Amino acid sequence: MAFLHIKNVAIKGVAACVPQTIEENTAITNIAAPDVEKLIKTTGVERRRIVKAGTCTSDLCFKAAEKLIEDLGWDKKDIDGLVFVTQTPDYILPATSCILQNQLGLSTECFTLDISLGCSGFVYGLSTLGSYMQSGTIKKALLLAGDTSSMTSSKNDKSTYPLFGDAGTATALEFVEGEEGIKFHLGTDGSGYQAIIINDGGYRNRFNEASLQENPISDGISRNNLELTLDGMDVFSFGISKAPETVNALINKFGIDKGQVNHFYFHQANLMMNERIRKKLQLPEDKVPLSLKNFGNTSSATIPLTMVTETAESLRNGENEIIACGFGVGLSWASLICKTNRLVVPDLITYG
Amino acid sequence: MNIETFVQEFAEQFDEIPADQFAADTLFKENDEWSSMTALSVIAMVDQNYSVRLTGDDVRKSSTIEDIYNIVASKQNA
Repeated sequence: MAFLHIKNVAIKGVAACVPQTIEENTAITNIAAPDVEKLIKTTGVERRRIVKAGTCTSDLCFKAAEKLIEDLGWDKKDIDGLVFVTQTPDYILPATSCILQNQLGLSTECFTLDISLGCSGFVYGLSTLGSYMQSGTIKKALLLAGDTSSMTSSKNDKSTYPLFGDAGTATALEFVEGEEGIKFHLGTDGSGYQAIIINDGGYRNRFNEASLQENPISDGISRNNLELTLDGMDVFSFGISKAPETVNALINKFGIDKGQVNHFYFHQANLMMNERIRKKLQLPEDKVPLSLKNFGNTSSATIPLTMVTETAESLRNGENEIIACGFGVGLSWASLICKTNRLVVPDLITYG
Repeated sequence: MNIETFVQEFAEQFDEIPADQFAADTLFKENDEWSSMTALSVIAMVDQNYSVRLTGDDVRKSSTIEDIYNIVASKQNA
């Protein structure tokens, strides 16, 4: 069982950046109006932020990181690690984290790493970065996480396009001797790899002429092979069983009193799924913030984005115990629990 | 589990069609209300009442309520 207890590390701050352009789901014209109405009701997604062509996830994360470093008062030369979680990198190669190290003006003595995960990626990324820092030789490091899924969704696909928004986030981690640290539960089920997939453009199915051909799949769903395929039923079924399971595993393993936890941040998949998960875990609504109404599903950014948009005041002003849980593409899932104390949380940043 | 209860629980996932219109051999996709959203409701009901994970393929390859019932029953015994 993949449980981890990473001691002596603490989250110090969280920042999120979204594109300025807002797309209202009611304004979508490529999908039949009654379908859109039903979708909004079920998914809870009313509007999303979408990037202009040419803007990458790294641009959003860069802006979030710059502001966070400034507000923390960190000296850039003290940052010794950077992990970038995304499935929308700048290039196939090199790794975008290398580019970000240079753009941010971090030391060349800084380790960098890209992680290709989506919905579970924030929690996975923290576990990776925390593990690197645990020995105490790396004192300060950044986790950047986000995606520009609007670039990968077909406008003619009602099963993806109205759901996904774009966002980039930055989270600051610091080595602090004596800190309780962060506890994790991590899992994977690759038998479901086709549930959320972009078929072409990698090396299993290389980009070819047919990759650009639009294929009608069913009523209201057509896309090409470079665009995201999502089996909504599989993902829903997976989410409502796996998310409560991993949170319960974490709670049982570490003897956590649910009542003491101030905020439960779940990956923002869709309202129907998130509500099922909340009810199965018997959590009160006010402890489970939602940001999907205004931002949709922003992949690995959903948890830090929700922290910033829904609970900034609480995180800035006191001590909190938080649980975060991500689940999705892979299929992959992860949950964590930690204490936070007076975090630095800049107001939501906009790009462009 | 029994089929009568299952049909009733299945029927409750529809808002507009009265429950007495459903039977074990009802072709549940052959009506105006069935949509991918109804499918999610059915998956949620099965998860809650039977602790069984229905897949997209399970729903796609089924035509009658009994087809779904049989899948749930076989997964429960697995």
